Amino acid sequence: MNASLINYTLHLADNALTIGHRNSEWCGHGPVLEQDIAISNIALDGIGQARNFYQYAASLSGNGATEDTLAYLRDVIDYKNLLITELPNGDWAQTTLRQFLFSTYQYFFYQQLEKSTDRQLAAIAEKSLKEVTYHVRWSSEWVIRLGDGTEESHKRLSNAVTELWNYTGELFIPASYEKELIATGIAVDLSVIQPLWQQKVSNVFSEATIAIPDKSFAQQGGKEGIHTEHLGYILAEMQFLQRAYPGAEW
Amino acid sequence: MISFCTFTIQIMGMEKDMEQLFQEKIDKEIRIEPKDWMPEKYRQTLIRQISQHAHSEIVGMLPEGNWITRAPNLRRKAILLAKVQDEAGHGLYLYSAAETLGISRDEMYEQLHSGKAKYSSIFNYPTLSWADMGAIGWLVDGAAIMNQVPLCRSSFGPYARAMVRVCKEESFHQRQGFEILLTLSRGTEAQRRMAQDSINRWWWPSIMMFGPKDDESPNTIQSMKWKIKRFTNDELRQKFVDICAEQIKILNLTIPDPDLKWNEEKGHYDFGAINWDEFWQVIAGNGPCNKQRLDARKKAWEEGAWVREAATAHAAKRAQRLAEKRA
Repeated sequence: MNASLINYTLHLADNALTIGHRNSEWCGHGPVLEQDIAISNIALDGIGQARNFYQYAASLSGNGATEDTLAYLRDVIDYKNLLITELPNGDWAQTTLRQFLFSTYQYFFYQQLEKSTDRQLAAIAEKSLKEVTYHVRWSSEWVIRLGDGTEESHKRLSNAVTELWNYTGELFIPASYEKELIATGIAVDLSVIQPLWQQKVSNVFSEATIAIPDKSFAQQGGKEGIHTEHLGYILAEMQFLQRAYPGAEW
Repeated sequence: MISFCTFTIQIMGMEKDMEQLFQEKIDKEIRIEPKDWMPEKYRQTLIRQISQHAHSEIVGMLPEGNWITRAPNLRRKAILLAKVQDEAGHGLYLYSAAETLGISRDEMYEQLHSGKAKYSSIFNYPTLSWADMGAIGWLVDGAAIMNQVPLCRSSFGPYARAMVRVCKEESFHQRQGFEILLTLSRGTEAQRRMAQDSINRWWWPSIMMFGPKDDESPNTIQSMKWKIKRFTNDELRQKFVDICAEQIKILNLTIPDPDLKWNEEKGHYDFGAINWDEFWQVIAGNGPCNKQRLDARKKAWEEGAWVREAATAHAAKRAQRLAEKRA
């Protein structure tokens, strides 16, 4: 039970950190100054959420674990984030579409997690939901703007849909540690949020004049530690100082 | 023809009176606002000063942005990201302040990308280690604050007001930089080495940030008369050296200047000769990262073109649909 709760909390933390890290790569390179600020802000929210979850996981783990040992000293096999969060940013269409697909998922997810029987998870969800509500608004506006903008932006957004769609199935497939917690009312029942997510995505895609792909294959494995090749590079970069100077205080 | 000449003379006479009134306002510390009359040269000087400052904020995001993905722990990562994001915010206020003088943000970008407009040369140096995040905060932001605090009293209202906000955030940035160095200085031998190396590389470029010596700074007299500059380059540089020479003691590290020593008579620290050749070389485009920094800015701008076009196209479509609905 405790091991499952730790894994589940780490899964939520890893999601938030990985996408936060990816979004932070835009800082200083955004297409418009105001949007540079917006994406950096969303990145900061992700890192903030990750810290809350890691701190909780550390308190559950004991053994001297801290938010930083969990983020900086685990390898790919122990990371439990969804694959979609670790994919490279691509262009602005791919970044904003990924944010929309993921934030919409997080939005309905946190709404359920607020009702978790685990009070700490419920509290983090409540705090995070305020941020995610803005992320959904911001990213859906971009999806609509790009889909219904110019021929080029429409094409780029369509390419992004092709690129990302296969990674959306994983959002709704519970991991082994998750199933046990759903039964006890701690974890979110993903089958409840799937139709809500589909409805929202369908509405926004329709406004963006973008079709939802009718066929898809769900790439999965992230929640169980089987990742894309990209995560190794994220960790190599992120963990460099902790690995090169073991035990140092920063 | 005769009447035209008379008219010109009258206009010139008026301009002279206006200029006198303008100077009187400045002497009385009355702020100049965008719609007030101002000499063309005052306007142009401020456009140059404020846009150069805005560009420095935006280009300045790059060297520190270089370490966001490698920050050593989650707390540092969040702080650094927030800090670099603050710089973007400063750029935004400053571009807005410059726009009140009749130049668009796009025109200012164009001047940056073409090399016509300058930005602070300090950002043409590379960030090679995590300690550089500390040295930039302590020295570069420290020097910037020294320059910027007096600008909160700039005679031009929008600039002065923007600077009040900028300075509040910069002072936080400076403290976080010092705190990074303090942590490293109390850390392992490798961390102390990293911190010392960083101070060695950033010290001289930082004291060059105050600009050329007073006798080689031709615009200073006019700028001080207009109160868009309150202290000379050398005055500010001395103040900065005096403060750093004391703060380094807390770090228990060394400032790389064998001539740095307290002068009882002057009540200030003496310091060694600045390598002005290096200063002018970096301004001329030959710093270690001039090309990379400008290329990064141009790349972001060019690769963002389709995004901006899409946003404009979508806004036009929406407006049209709304108008059709109303009709």
